[in-house]
Amino acid sequence: MIRMEKIRKIYSTGKVDVEALRGVNLHIKKGDFVTVIGPSGSGKSTLMNIMGCLDKPTTGDYILNGTNIKNLNDNQLSELRNHEIGFVFQNFNLLPYASAYENVEMPLLFAGVGGKKRKQKVEAILNKVGLSDRMDHRPNELSGGQKQRVAIARALVNDPNIILADEPTGNLDSHSGREIMELFVNLWQEGHTIVMITHDPRAKEYTDNFVNITDGKILREELVA
Amino acid sequence: MAEKLNEFMKNMLLIRLFVRELKKERRKIFLTIAGIAWGTLTIILLLSFGQGLSTQMLRGQKGLGNNIVLMFGGQTSMEYKGLPQGRPIRFLDDDVTLLENSIPEIDNITAEYDQWGTVYKYNDKAVTERIRGVSSMAYDDMRSHFPQKGGRFLNNNDMKERRRVIFIGWELKKQLFESEDAVGKTILMNDIPFTVVGVLQKKMQMGMYGGPDANCAVIPASTFRGIFSNYYLSRIIYQVNDIDKSKYVEQQVRRVLSRKKQYHPDDNNTLHFWDTIENAKQTRIAFTGITIFLGVIGAMTLIIASVGVANIMYVTVKKRTREIGIKRAIGAKKSLIKTQFITEALLIDLVGGFIGASISWLIIKAVQSIPQESADFGKNMALQILTNPEFDWTVAISTGIILGLVGLLSGFFPARKAAQVDPMVALHYE
Ligand SMILES: Nc1ncnc2c1ncn2[C@@H]1O[C@H](COP(=O)(O)OP(=O)(O)OP(=O)(O)O)[C@@H](O)[C@H]1O
Ligand SMILES: [Mg+2]
Repeated sequence: MIRMEKIRKIYSTGKVDVEALRGVNLHIKKGDFVTVIGPSGSGKSTLMNIMGCLDKPTTGDYILNGTNIKNLNDNQLSELRNHEIGFVFQNFNLLPYASAYENVEMPLLFAGVGGKKRKQKVEAILNKVGLSDRMDHRPNELSGGQKQRVAIARALVNDPNIILADEPTGNLDSHSGREIMELFVNLWQEGHTIVMITHDPRAKEYTDNFVNITDGKILREELVA
Repeated sequence: MAEKLNEFMKNMLLIRLFVRELKKERRKIFLTIAGIAWGTLTIILLLSFGQGLSTQMLRGQKGLGNNIVLMFGGQTSMEYKGLPQGRPIRFLDDDVTLLENSIPEIDNITAEYDQWGTVYKYNDKAVTERIRGVSSMAYDDMRSHFPQKGGRFLNNNDMKERRRVIFIGWELKKQLFESEDAVGKTILMNDIPFTVVGVLQKKMQMGMYGGPDANCAVIPASTFRGIFSNYYLSRIIYQVNDIDKSKYVEQQVRRVLSRKKQYHPDDNNTLHFWDTIENAKQTRIAFTGITIFLGVIGAMTLIIASVGVANIMYVTVKKRTREIGIKRAIGAKKSLIKTQFITEALLIDLVGGFIGASISWLIIKAVQSIPQESADFGKNMALQILTNPEFDWTVAISTGIILGLVGLLSGFFPARKAAQVDPMVALHYE
């Protein structure tokens, strides 16, 4: 499903070039639950952004479902993000002026899913994350855990092949953090492929498939692949 | 079709979100919309009044005549075949016939006699005014002498049989008859009885010689000659069949008369022409110029207002960088982001434009409803000219086009900026 070959990412900011990734090789199969760990500034988010097609590697090949990302134009990348990838962020990244329902509806709009089907899907997915009674609430009327549920619903609504989560519990208290973790585990058990960056030690309770990044490189690569 | 509808629904949600966000910016948006409304108001009013002004000017000129040339005799300024210079050139009745027969481009031609200080009497009322004798029954079209309901203009039999019939101006009618019906009544003109056949319809008359037609009366030239001792005509008036040929016809007239009256064909002081066709053309050109000028002023106001829209859109792009990043991250294409911002700018633009157009429409209707019928046309010409703004399709379409362009322009640059937002950077934007 995901294959990365010698991925390097260099950020050029003014004078100094930061090499955030220094030749990463990675292989993720359908149905995996992969946890990315590593110290701050080691390149986890950078890897995730490339995986989510938000950013392109400086060199190296990223093959998603058999397609090499570097051959795609902006429109094709947009479609890929819309159909193939569900992104969950640490700081939720919900649209503030849209209700929970409308936030979840958004990717379906971009995909051109029609009125009635769209309604069914949005309602079903909000029901699934346990928010059927909060559909008309705006993000500022929701708790952190609820916000993250909306974000997860939004990531799921287009039936993506892979869910990417960058520290999804980082801004939550331990109770909601646990709930969100359990939600991810349920999704994995239903067959979703999940890649999650986390500092949460409880991740060990759910998976032993770790990618440990330090200084832009994957340690103990043998555990992956 | 389904695709279009879907596209529409999509934009509906985006517009709904936009409207919610704008509520936060109420003051700024209000000012922007007011700016656009003001610009629209300015442009529509300027164009409408400009257009009305031009129509009224042309109408006022028509009060004198419809594509006519008035011709007056002058005097020779060159010696010719032994004849001295300074010899007056005056018109005779047969000059009219000669010109009519020798110049095919002349459609209608009439002799005109003037007499001052004639006394009109009806019952116990007496008025001293002018009188005119005319030789063509087409004078009504030439000099805009259309009869009010119930009457008629002089006809061929009146001319041939030297009838004592008279066509009177509405002011003269008012002075003699007040509100009484005049047609069919007999009045005395220098103590000679005349039957009133018609009363001149009210009209706006800007150009005149001798005085306004409202105070004058017209009788057949043949009758006139039997009463007054005028030997020479006061002037000749003709109408040409092609308004672009008036200069050519003028040359022909000079040539034809030079042979009959024995003056040098190049002597331009012998005849004087008052070419109302040329005047009308120049008026039209001048007023087209004025209308364009007014339109440009309006358009500038609107463009300045649109800079306001562009500015607020730029600010929203900046404020919404994160939102744009989120949308891009979940699959919105650049084109969608672009469309969204352009739509939003157009929306502000259209709301402002609609408000401006509505207000100007109300103003124009209000001004138009100032009663005209009771107005005294002779005296309140300025009022009449100003109170006839025209809100027509040309005005509406040009305003619409300018508004649309302004909207696109004010949306285009911010939209381009919005589409270039890098989702990666935007998502880390705090
Ligand atoms: N847009 C950017 N421009 C320049 N440098 C960047 C950019 N994004 C990240 N970096 C740098 O790249 C390196 C890796 O950053 P990254 O965000 O991937 O780390 P991380 O592992 O996610 O850290 P954290 O655990 O703190 O989130 C860091 O040195 C960071 O400063
Ligand atoms: Mg990070």
